[in-house]
Amino acid sequence: MHRRGVGAGAIAKKKLAEARYKERGNVLAEDQIVQMSKQLETFKSNLEEFASKHKQEIRKNSQFRVQFQEMCATIGVDPLASGKGFWSEMLGVGDFYYELGVQIIEVCLALKHRNGGLITLDELHQRVLKGRGKYAQDVSQDDLMRAIKKLKVMGSGFGMIPVGGSYLVQSVPAELNMDHTVVLQLAEKKGFVTVSEIKDSLKWEKERACHVLDHLLKEGLAWLDSQAAEEAQYWLPALFSELTSRDVTPEEANQMTP
Amino acid sequence: SCHWTSTHRLIWRDVKNHECCIAMPLSQILLFEEQAAGIGKSAKIVIHLQATPANKEPGPYQHSKYSFIKLSFKEHGQIEFYRRLTEEMTRKRWENTPASQPIPIGTGSQAGRTRAVGIVGIERKIEEKRKETDKNISEAFEDLSKLMVKAKEMVELSRSIANKIKDKQFGLRSYLLSMGIADPVTRETHGSGTHYHMQLAKQLDDMLQAPLEERGGMMALTEVYCLVNRARGMELLSPEDLVNACKMFESLKLPLRLRVFDSGVMVVQLQSHSEEEMIASALDNVSDKGSLTAEEFAKLLGLSVLLSKERLLLAEKMGHLCRDDSVEGLRFYPNLF
Repeated sequence: MHRRGVGAGAIAKKKLAEARYKERGNVLAEDQIVQMSKQLETFKSNLEEFASKHKQEIRKNSQFRVQFQEMCATIGVDPLASGKGFWSEMLGVGDFYYELGVQIIEVCLALKHRNGGLITLDELHQRVLKGRGKYAQDVSQDDLMRAIKKLKVMGSGFGMIPVGGSYLVQSVPAELNMDHTVVLQLAEKKGFVTVSEIKDSLKWEKERACHVLDHLLKEGLAWLDSQAAEEAQYWLPALFSELTSRDVTPEEANQMTP
Repeated sequence: SCHWTSTHRLIWRDVKNHECCIAMPLSQILLFEEQAAGIGKSAKIVIHLQATPANKEPGPYQHSKYSFIKLSFKEHGQIEFYRRLTEEMTRKRWENTPASQPIPIGTGSQAGRTRAVGIVGIERKIEEKRKETDKNISEAFEDLSKLMVKAKEMVELSRSIANKIKDKQFGLRSYLLSMGIADPVTRETHGSGTHYHMQLAKQLDDMLQAPLEERGGMMALTEVYCLVNRARGMELLSPEDLVNACKMFESLKLPLRLRVFDSGVMVVQLQSHSEEEMIASALDNVSDKGSLTAEEFAKLLGLSVLLSKERLLLAEKMGHLCRDDSVEGLRFYPNLF
């Protein structure tokens, strides 16, 4: 007489179903897990060895950091993805960049009411260095750019706009499209721009130029000098170095730390 | 630059051969002047000399038709040098104290040895240090390359495995995260929770209750990032860690929520502070004052301008406020339509 339910047949059937399921690749097979764990252990010890010899180098040498980052990108790894990642834990790269991220956010926040949330990479660099004090490690513009790229994921509008051979760093979620960017680039040399200049250089209609300039005014990225000699001038505080050389005031500093 | 001046002498040394030096007493200098750099010409200092004294020691040349020498500064230094020279020429210390031992002009002379060690010795140490640093760097680069080769093998294996598994278990996700490998299916390193993120989410719940209350129930994610990392001091969170942790609030039934506004701004919000309350408060304040800008609203509530703006926009979206957008600024009014 056949037994129903539990029995050799039922168990075999279950095993078959499991094997099929694994085969379809929905679950990691035992041996795959073992293989990966072994590899992981080996890699971790390699990384530890590397860290014990060269951890200092990464913190001190910005050239080395660039090399390191580029190599990671080549093999398809993001060493800054998580503070819990091996790279950041063992090499300390994480803390370096995440802390830099904090400093960048704070500087941008403090100066936002002056420049509307747009700042040159140069100025940001200077101010961050200043804030770090003279005993801190050197920080390069490449470092800043990598830190800024990471900040994007938090949705507060961090981005970089290529302008005049360098970059403007945006730290507010203002919508800036190609038209806005092109006008910023035009304004870069003198720190201001006029409607005529836009019409002449970019061959735009007056309406288009005014539309773009109005948007920049509304977002607080541009200030209007209607008293200017021949024609109204639109100044960009982010590009206007006289304004930006002032130190952060105590009121502005209060904006910085929550 | 290989010129320098002591209190008694002007000294020049060959870059390549450090034991080849020329020295000249400062007392021989009649006057000196700067010559600015030009195109293709380095900056110079011209030194006009007095007539040769009878007891002059032999030097590189027996005769010259010129009564001056020119010091060339290819890589800056002329300002500092000029300043130093001016100082020494003013103080004329050689008139009071006798010169120390002569700088060796040849090689291997015992008498000059002691003096040479002072200057040449220091330079040698600097040179050695630099070579050592270079060696360290090149060793570091070499080791880095070797490490990357190994890492690459691992990454390729991991990716090929991860590609097959669509429903990633926690363990696999943690592994990918630790290696910094983006999920090949979703292409994201964020959006994939792990045990680590669960723990973080709970920690955040503890940490943020009070600050959120103080700020009207809402904080921008960048604010949270700074707050949390400043408090930690080390083993900081990455931006992605923070986002991943916040995404788990709901599933962990914690009283916080991650919220994304239309503008893309992300905030952490106390669940108890409901949407309706926020909108009602915005409407109340605007009605009370007749109209408000984001800056004015921010001041009233003690919030950041960024978040005040979001609240006003939200109230507008729900039809309770309308805007007047001019170059003077964006102003909100109660919607009476």
